[in-house]
Amino acid sequence: MTGRLAAVAALLAFLLGLSVATFSDLRVFLPAILKGAVVTVEVTFWSLILFYVSAFLSGIGRGSKNTFIRWSCVVYIEVFRGTSLLVILFWFFFVLPEFGITLSPIVAGVLGIGLNFGAYGAEIVRGAIVAVPKGQYEACTALNISPLKRMLRIVIPQAVIIMIPGFTNLTIELIKATALVSAVTLVDITYASVQQNQLHYRTLEIFSVTLLLYYCFAQIVRFGMAMLEDYSKRHLLRKA
Amino acid sequence: MSDVKIRFDDVVKRYGPLVVLDHLNFQVADGEIVSIIGPSGSGKTTVLRVLMTLEEIQDGVIYVAGEPLNKMESGGRLVPASKAHVRRLRSRIGMVFQNFNLFPHMTALQNCIESPVYTNGLSKEEAIKASMELLDMVGLADKRDHYPSQLSGGQQQRVAIARTLAMRPEILLFDEPTSALDPEMVGEVLNVIRQLATAHSYTMLMVTHQMGFAREVSDRVCFFDKGKIVEQNVPAELFDRPQNERLQKFLSSVKEAH
Ligand SMILES: Nc1ncnc2c1ncn2[C@@H]1O[C@H](COP(=O)(O)OP(=O)(O)O)[C@@H](O)[C@H]1O
Ligand SMILES: [Mg+2]
Repeated sequence: MTGRLAAVAALLAFLLGLSVATFSDLRVFLPAILKGAVVTVEVTFWSLILFYVSAFLSGIGRGSKNTFIRWSCVVYIEVFRGTSLLVILFWFFFVLPEFGITLSPIVAGVLGIGLNFGAYGAEIVRGAIVAVPKGQYEACTALNISPLKRMLRIVIPQAVIIMIPGFTNLTIELIKATALVSAVTLVDITYASVQQNQLHYRTLEIFSVTLLLYYCFAQIVRFGMAMLEDYSKRHLLRKA
Repeated sequence: MSDVKIRFDDVVKRYGPLVVLDHLNFQVADGEIVSIIGPSGSGKTTVLRVLMTLEEIQDGVIYVAGEPLNKMESGGRLVPASKAHVRRLRSRIGMVFQNFNLFPHMTALQNCIESPVYTNGLSKEEAIKASMELLDMVGLADKRDHYPSQLSGGQQQRVAIARTLAMRPEILLFDEPTSALDPEMVGEVLNVIRQLATAHSYTMLMVTHQMGFAREVSDRVCFFDKGKIVEQNVPAELFDRPQNERLQKFLSSVKEAH
């Protein structure tokens, strides 16, 4: 794993050096793109939190015995999975004000992305929970372990490891999807690149840098999730 | 000793149209050790599962230490039991499963203290002390920090027994506790159960295919067929002088298999 990180770092350093050498105009457009990158990171960070929280809550609630909780989760999952993210963003930013709810661009962006991906994540959580063997539930009943503690201490620790590959994919997808926040007037890395290209016409240089930055983000996520998988394999689940 | 610890009163358990327990009447006295034998599919496991509240029954009443399990008394009438009522009675019963059902993400010791600490609110020190005594009793004190995957089947089942005992039940249910084990590990688990049967005052209900063992430790053996007790007696009588034809057939088929 550290080998992979080293490779990425080396590649990054090499390309950066090459860019500086080749594209002397780098400093003309790079600051603006990096400013966009900060927006992308910010939106990604908050969206990821919302994504994981809503995925877990609705994924667990989806299997609740309580009809109201179960159906609320089903409706949420269906609505946010069955519609386009771009349209959801438009709704949060342009339609809600008509009902008197005005959201800042970043809040609208984070809500749209987090809730949309949360609905997909819910299915991963649900699938992983269902995959925990029935015998584990029966042991909990026999030991008088309450449903809440059963979920938190027995089922979820075993389910987490099943979820990791799915969540790795969705997390990377989420980073890519943050490019859509330009629709709600945010200047993220993609939109900043488009703007800089219109100003300076250095298409190859600008979009090479953009591509590289996205690639690095994805690698960081892969690295983090692989570490998490490693950890949970060692500490959470030992296959009986 | 003559107190009735478990009583099935006309209990009916159905899966759809399939009748698994057919108006079952059945009692176990305090401290009594009862083995259940019978052909596959006769409802032996189901008897334990309805007692452990893993399955609901469709008719009849199950009494545990004189109190109805699935019902409770309220204003002189029997009404469906509350969760608290079920939890209270359930705490008097422990069950050992065929497939152990240990928690794979916890060590042997963590498996044992999980419920005493997080359900019964025992302090960690107390729970560890009690559980270590139990792990010692089943001969696995040195395996306290091993995960289930690092233990043999026989060792896993012994940890599962210690985990069950850590809840301090009065009634122990065993569902074919050795049938998932390799033959060379059966003995070590039977030794532990034998010790529980002879040196303690548990009321035990055991489903088993180990006829020799049932004969040795039981006060009484019940032969199940088609959801009913067809014949029951002290082991020597039941095994040596079976009256019922189906029991005779069953015993000779078991003998052939060995
Ligand atoms: N969850 C279930 N759904 C439908 N039928 C079941 C279920 N569990 C058990 N049965 C049926 O109930 C009958 C008795 O099962 P069981 O008590 O496990 O038998 P035994 O332990 O004596 O082999 C069997 O015919 C079995 O197929
Ligand atoms: Mg069975």
